[in-house]
Amino acid sequence: MGYTQELMQLIKRVEATRPARVARKKAGQEFPALSLDERQARLEKYHPDYRAGGLRELKVGPSKGYALAKEIADLFEARSRVDPDKIDLKEVHYETDTLVIGGGGAGTAAALMAQEQGARVIIATKLRHGDANTMMAEGGIQAASKGWKDSPYFHYLDVMGGGHFENDPELVKTMVCEAPKAIAWLESLGCMFNKWPDGKLFTLHGAGTCRKRMHYAGDMTGAEIMRTLRDECRNRLKDIGVLEFSPAVELLLDDKGVCSGAVLYNLETEEYFLVKAKAVVMATGGSGRLHIQNFMTTNHYGATGDGLVLGYRIGVGVRFLHATQYHPTGAVFPEQAEGLLITEKVRGAGANLLNIDGDQFVFEREPRDVESASIIRECTDVAKGVPVPGQAGKFGVWLDSPMIDMLEGEGTVEREFPAKHILFKRYDIDIARLPMLVYPTLHYQNGGLAYSPDGTTTAPGFYVAGEVGGGVHGANRLMGNSLLDITVFGRLAGIAAGQFVKGRGDVDRLSVEHVRRYHKELEDAGIDTDRVSPMLLPDYMTPEVKKRQWTTQYVGTIR
Amino acid sequence: MSTAEQLQDLSQESAPLDLSERTDLVPIFIMGKKYDVPSTLTIQKALEYAGYQLIRGCGCRGGICGACATVYRMPGSPRIFVGLACQTLVQPSMYLTMVPFFPANRAVYNIDEIQPDAMALLKAYPELAKCMGCNTCAKSCPMDIQVMEYISAALRGDVERAAELSMSCVMCGICASRCPAELGQYNIAILCRRLTARHLRPKAQHVAEMVARIESGAYEEPLRKLITADLETLRKLYVEREMEPHTAPEMWQPQEKTYL
Repeated sequence: MGYTQELMQLIKRVEATRPARVARKKAGQEFPALSLDERQARLEKYHPDYRAGGLRELKVGPSKGYALAKEIADLFEARSRVDPDKIDLKEVHYETDTLVIGGGGAGTAAALMAQEQGARVIIATKLRHGDANTMMAEGGIQAASKGWKDSPYFHYLDVMGGGHFENDPELVKTMVCEAPKAIAWLESLGCMFNKWPDGKLFTLHGAGTCRKRMHYAGDMTGAEIMRTLRDECRNRLKDIGVLEFSPAVELLLDDKGVCSGAVLYNLETEEYFLVKAKAVVMATGGSGRLHIQNFMTTNHYGATGDGLVLGYRIGVGVRFLHATQYHPTGAVFPEQAEGLLITEKVRGAGANLLNIDGDQFVFEREPRDVESASIIRECTDVAKGVPVPGQAGKFGVWLDSPMIDMLEGEGTVEREFPAKHILFKRYDIDIARLPMLVYPTLHYQNGGLAYSPDGTTTAPGFYVAGEVGGGVHGANRLMGNSLLDITVFGRLAGIAAGQFVKGRGDVDRLSVEHVRRYHKELEDAGIDTDRVSPMLLPDYMTPEVKKRQWTTQYVGTIR
Repeated sequence: MSTAEQLQDLSQESAPLDLSERTDLVPIFIMGKKYDVPSTLTIQKALEYAGYQLIRGCGCRGGICGACATVYRMPGSPRIFVGLACQTLVQPSMYLTMVPFFPANRAVYNIDEIQPDAMALLKAYPELAKCMGCNTCAKSCPMDIQVMEYISAALRGDVERAAELSMSCVMCGICASRCPAELGQYNIAILCRRLTARHLRPKAQHVAEMVARIESGAYEEPLRKLITADLETLRKLYVEREMEPHTAPEMWQPQEKTYL
């Protein structure tokens, strides 16, 4: 397989400009970065968030009037899978102290910390424990850990600048100050970060960082963190139970409005189960599988924004959901790798972005939204994109990975990016010798449910951690701050929820009055719909097949 | 009809009755049953094209979570092939099944107390000693990991080598499903990696130092100043922050040291 003849011809232009580009890089000469005003202008003209018709104002709920991605608005303006008139709240199937919803990095960190407070924990997760976006995060985890050149002060500035200074300052302060502690914790659990022989951690730049503070484990940092946290959970199975293929479809409150558990749906047996708990940590992650504006996505199969809906229905407001993150470098060739994340670490290590002529058109370490907008500009108005073979009207740009070996020495690409190297090798493309064809891909939910630094929300007993929460990244997250976010706020929410449990007596009567109220609000707003949410799984069924399923009933996307 | 019969039937078969737009359909056998799917798809997308709504056997869809282990054969070949369904392209006449779960022994241990040596590994996983060196594990690894090599490294107590060799393991479990000695290789591997990181490699002193500095409150005031600064000041500080050059050596230091 490998690249087509046409692409190989175009790659010659990339090779022609490469020696001069490498020489400039070695001499410390970078492509000029955009000023703050230029960044803003580029975003407004080319970023998908600014496209007309992309956002819609919410007609119901705590954030009524707020305009967010219409795919998410559809979820909010939908009915529950639970009928408040039919549910039997006396039949409780599981009882625990802390219920963690979501089995990714944030949920697992929360479970471990809640357990350390003495709580019994249940993790309920839609797929397997660990099948989550955390597992897929490649590049690294930020922390100002090197006191001779960095501090939380500079990390704070970088986070704010990346988020266009709109971030919640208290959340940012907490994240940057807790960051080195998070690294130390992961190290003590046995995460195998790349290190010098003296124990000093390797660090690299990410886009928008002023200091090299990206800690990493090859190009599978998230996988290393996720499998370590999961493994540790399995050592504590006496106190931490895991219910796989059991997504939460509704939260339960008590008669005073304190969050007291959830309704789970067993995807395999199609049964509903009630879990009674003294505190709930929501850690369901993001929503890439909603394919906002029809973008391809890097997200895992279950990223359908379930936690947003559940939290919103009990009255927790949302913020920054108008801003979606498109990762600048998703693979567009070969077709079967479409949407696949090419870690920003490739650019952090020095690889340029190039148009069809092999020329640079943007500094490779602009913040993600600016970088994505610049690629979209190059492929549209400038009309210098590289046509994607077999897909008329689709374009990409080159990510010049072979530069890395020239800058850092032969073998660097293979050593630093082992997972991507193997993956492309399967398609007969050696990324140490040939560039990759990329285009922005839907990557991250910048916003989410509003929460405080300790994970608390406006709803008592209800805690939020990780991508499902919004505020810390403002309108644009920087690389390496999502693994940090899930570790820091997962830990804090776990601690707070574990503490809350101690002060709470037995849960008395369960209630789903909030669902009844929400349904009423929908009706009052004139929203008459058969949409249900949460979505749970995306719909990739072939329409022809569906047409032939004469007797099949679908509720939303689920059979 | 058996798979073999269906395969024989293939040669005489004309185009599928359903005249869909796609002209590039190829036959594959999902658990022995024939479906025609576009030749450019991965096994995972082919299953969905065929009408499966995946619940198990689908996670990251990006080759790293290990949820979609798949085993297949090709007609006329005596070999068993393996792959991750999300990464492996369909091939005409392949016949496949997913192995979305395969049970493996897992020891419970305390990471702070367990020692990084062969004794501890054998105590946690006595079956380690049963490895007969057949190399089936390595031959069936979709990530091309030298599984048997890391198992023998573990057996001789070279925990760090076992950790390094197994670094790209996605814990899909195919090795365990094929092992005649009934090992759960991937669980032994993650124990080796955690032992290496926790006990064999020196701790990062600079992290501990920074944690201590933060806990002493050294950054409280500078950060408070940033939190209360107006937008203009913040933008100025951001624009003027000193950049560590891309090619700077590890021990590079900034000119401005006030807020370190």
